[in-house]
Amino acid sequence: MSGFHAIRDLSLGRRDAEAALVPKGSIGGRALITVVAIMTFLSSLAAGGAVLVVQSSQDWRAAISREATVQIRPSPSRNMEADIKAVLKTLDATPGVTEIRTLSKSDSDRLLEPWLGQGVNLEEIPVPRMIVLKTSATPRVDFAKLRDAIATAAPNATLDDHRLWSQRLATMANTFVVIALVILALLVTAMGLAVSFATRGAMAGNREIIEVLHFVGASDGFISRQFQQRFLMLGLRGAVLGAGCAAFIFFLASIASRRMIATPSGDQIEALFGSFAIGWVGYAAIATIAALSAAFSGQTSRMVVYRKLRSLT
Amino acid sequence: MVRFDNVGLRYGMGPEILQDLSFTIEPGTFQFLTGPSGAGKTTLMRLLLLSLRPTRGVITLFGRDSSLLDKDALTAMRRRIGVVFQDFRLLDHLTTYENVALPLRVQNQREESYRSEVHELLRWVGLGDRMHALPQVLSGGEKQRAAIARALIVRPELLLADEPTGNVDPTMARRLIRLFVELQRSGTSVVVATHDLGLMEQFEDARRLVLGGGRLHIYD
Repeated sequence: MSGFHAIRDLSLGRRDAEAALVPKGSIGGRALITVVAIMTFLSSLAAGGAVLVVQSSQDWRAAISREATVQIRPSPSRNMEADIKAVLKTLDATPGVTEIRTLSKSDSDRLLEPWLGQGVNLEEIPVPRMIVLKTSATPRVDFAKLRDAIATAAPNATLDDHRLWSQRLATMANTFVVIALVILALLVTAMGLAVSFATRGAMAGNREIIEVLHFVGASDGFISRQFQQRFLMLGLRGAVLGAGCAAFIFFLASIASRRMIATPSGDQIEALFGSFAIGWVGYAAIATIAALSAAFSGQTSRMVVYRKLRSLT
Repeated sequence: MVRFDNVGLRYGMGPEILQDLSFTIEPGTFQFLTGPSGAGKTTLMRLLLLSLRPTRGVITLFGRDSSLLDKDALTAMRRRIGVVFQDFRLLDHLTTYENVALPLRVQNQREESYRSEVHELLRWVGLGDRMHALPQVLSGGEKQRAAIARALIVRPELLLADEPTGNVDPTMARRLIRLFVELQRSGTSVVVATHDLGLMEQFEDARRLVLGGGRLHIYD
């Protein structure tokens, strides 16, 4: 419609020819918007939580994988200081090792304090000595080769590259992602059923309109597209509402965690989740969920209508 | 164009309300369908519109056996048929203009391509100043004219009109029937179901299909 016609018709309270063929009032719009909003909100929380855990796990793993520990156990037949020197020499010659720190006897004893308490005489206990080393991303340290070299230099020394911890963290993060995906699948199923019921109700309420559309030559595809457009708009409103609330909650949480920095509880949270911010990846995931929720509402409605019409004889 | 061979129809296990209907409707012909109330005029119109399937016999429409049509073919067939319902069947949430434009809209035609044509037809049926009114505020006669305009807008090959003059004054009734006759002259086959004997007498050349006792009597 030209601008002149549009302005004239609007001024006269008229509408253009593309008025919706499925009337707004014929669908339980508010109820459906609320259902889609709740589903999108919960899906966004699940996705945001998964992003948070995966990001934190990546940070933890990056920190762990850049660090390794050599433990030298005391033995009556070995000279501890000589073994430490031999291991340090081996580490110095290893490409990829960027920093080496030898824990003193007192440092090693202090590591046992949380378990044994203070004031215990550790002279009688064979406390191992530790060497902490940091590695670079490139060149990467060949840990298998280094492990052999250390065993040759000091048979009592063992290398721990923290791989076990890294694997456990990866498993934990992957478990969270799987749980989030299962929650998403359940929510999508529930939303699909809600949209399906609403569509059937709308079809029953608009039976006469569907009949007239058929008589004037509308195809099943055309009619199902009319329902799709209506449900897409309803789904979009619900999805924006639900995703907006979820994004707002994550935003507030990130601000709150920043304000709690340097407090005991803030340190705990930071140790677990970093800054508790889901970042652009998390917000992009929430926006994607909102878009998919709306599209899913429209598409489900279209499929339900199309199948129902095709089954009519 | 239309051929009925021994067509019968019953609802459920009830008696056969239409029996052994055999007739043809040729292209560019005009016929009145008449008969007493309850004789089955509307049912026969629904058979012609393919919204009912006969319980026996064969209906051939535009050269195709209607029992063999799939849904897409049925849709294509209906686009060649214009229909005026006795109860108008206008969509209450659409304006007169939108209702009349509906058959073109469902064919995915752009509004720019048909706007002037719809305006012209609405003016012709006397609804030029009611284009943007909703059906709720239209009189019975105005609704009927809007329903007729909706049936005519696609220039159908077959026009089915069920009591199209029931709610208009005699002058408008004659005018509408003349419009149907004009359509017939341009090649459209027209079937008008009516009770109005006076109107039929004014168009004596028209063929008469008379339903009575479930059977059809044809007066050419």
